[in-house]
Amino acid sequence: MELIWDGITEALRLIFSGDAEVYEIMLLSLAVSAAATGIALVIGLSIASFLAFRAPPGRMLALSILNSGMALPPVVVGLVVAVMLWRTGPLGQLHLLYTPAAIVIAQAVIATPIVTALSVVALQTLHPKLRLQVLALGASRWQAAWLLFREARLPLLAAVMAGFGAAISEVGASIMVGGNIKGSTRTLTTATVLETSQGDFETAIALSFILLALVYAVTLTFTIIQQRRRAS
Amino acid sequence: MTQPKMGVRGVLVERAGHRILFVEELDVSPGEVLAVVGPNGAGKSTLIHVLALLERPSAGEVLFDGRPVRDGLLSYRRRMAVVFQEPLLLDATVESNVGSGLALRGVPRAERAHRVRRWLERFGIAALARRSARTLSGGEAQRVSLARALALEPEVLLMDEPFAALDEPTRQALIDDLDRALAETGTTVVFVSHDRAEALRLGDRVAVIIGGRIRQVGPPSQVFAAPADEEVAAFLGVETIVPGRISAVEEGLAVVEVSGCRVEAASALEGQSAGEVLVCLRPEDVVLSPAEDRPAATSARNRLPSVVRRVVRSGAQVRVELDAGFPLVALITKQSLEELSLEAGSRVVASFKATAVHLIPRHARPQSPTG
Repeated sequence: MELIWDGITEALRLIFSGDAEVYEIMLLSLAVSAAATGIALVIGLSIASFLAFRAPPGRMLALSILNSGMALPPVVVGLVVAVMLWRTGPLGQLHLLYTPAAIVIAQAVIATPIVTALSVVALQTLHPKLRLQVLALGASRWQAAWLLFREARLPLLAAVMAGFGAAISEVGASIMVGGNIKGSTRTLTTATVLETSQGDFETAIALSFILLALVYAVTLTFTIIQQRRRAS
Repeated sequence: MTQPKMGVRGVLVERAGHRILFVEELDVSPGEVLAVVGPNGAGKSTLIHVLALLERPSAGEVLFDGRPVRDGLLSYRRRMAVVFQEPLLLDATVESNVGSGLALRGVPRAERAHRVRRWLERFGIAALARRSARTLSGGEAQRVSLARALALEPEVLLMDEPFAALDEPTRQALIDDLDRALAETGTTVVFVSHDRAEALRLGDRVAVIIGGRIRQVGPPSQVFAAPADEEVAAFLGVETIVPGRISAVEEGLAVVEVSGCRVEAASALEGQSAGEVLVCLRPEDVVLSPAEDRPAATSARNRLPSVVRRVVRSGAQVRVELDAGFPLVALITKQSLEELSLEAGSRVVASFKATAVHLIPRHARPQSPTG
């Protein structure tokens, strides 16, 4: 228990002393996971709109695959992405392995099924004729999409938060494709694993606390956006 | 004849191999209100979707101002407005809902605010302007939906059962408001309904759609007086429906001029002392008696000397089509037919009580109906 207290104290010290390395790790974690969530959102909303509004044949199959995709083990994703990015792999020419971009790709793969599956449900909560009404009001395709996403903003923001949560909290994929290189691909989770393996539990706990605080800050922002209109 | 505002040619809609709708030709003139009536599942909503360019037919085309609509659907959609059975409001305030279509169409803010205010007032919902649309009752929400459509000042207004989900008093009040608004704006309207009373109330012309096909199109009085076939008659209910004009109202009794004849009706119309009406009479309420009879002392306020035009037997009942100065239908038994020995050309007196007459008010529209 004392260890945890020491860890939290250390975390606060690292944050308020402006420790450059910790800030770098924190910002990289945030940037990488935000980018991955952004990619997942663009892909997810496109697929979800197609599945929810067009009701194509095979929707059930697609949804069941997406739903199991929510349980995609990060280690498996990391392994597959790493194989793809190996110098001899199909995407080896891009030289992305052990760069932050590789982590973004892996995290996007993890977050996309989550964002997509939850977005489909979010859009399905809308009245089936609302899309027709919006088009009849004179909306272009993009205007219609924007209006419908805005109508479904509560569950859609939940999908975003779930996707971001999955991205920033995973460690298996980041280690495999990023390699936990100091000053380059070290994130809060990979750093925590490293400190733990080296027996520096106090720093590990401090990093964990910083990760939780970061997740909370981001989620709080989304929650405020999500619930703002509800209150009125 | 003026060029139709909108129409369809050879429109076929098939879903999963089933023919949902097939309309060879249907036109609506500028400023006309076309009421499309039919039972549930007749293809009415599909017709509205096709006209609104929200559903592409399997074959055929939609005409707008006489030209086939092939591409640039968005620009055509922006000249129309659609009201569905459900209000389908956005999760925003009432005023922002009413302004939403205008915003999408790029109407400048000042003009938008002006039109929103005007239509909120027209539909009696100005007090709800700042309310969240989620807190509205069904009737209020449908008012917002209508205001949102009319604020667009569309060239063509399409409505799919806009009153079906409302309770009776709410429905009547809303129909009154809409009727006034349409009379004022001269908007071309196509609306579908399963309720024939709504069609009579608002329609300049009525189209009857059954089983995905338009069976009959014409002025309400004509369609209701002479259904094209049995299915149409069964759906409409055979009735005498003739246009008339109220000339006086005395103690709840309206005197209506119908083609030079005087018909008395126990009027339920509040505050209506003059104006155009449709006179509706069920055939089973019409009593026939020999022409030479002395006028017996009965409580029937209306006794019209008539000539039998046609006698149609259907089962135990006989439908007698009369000329009373206007077309009138009576439903009598086979026994009565034999006792009165009626045939085409027979002279009879048709009687009916003032309470059996139902009046439907008609507002004069800027453009008179064609056909």
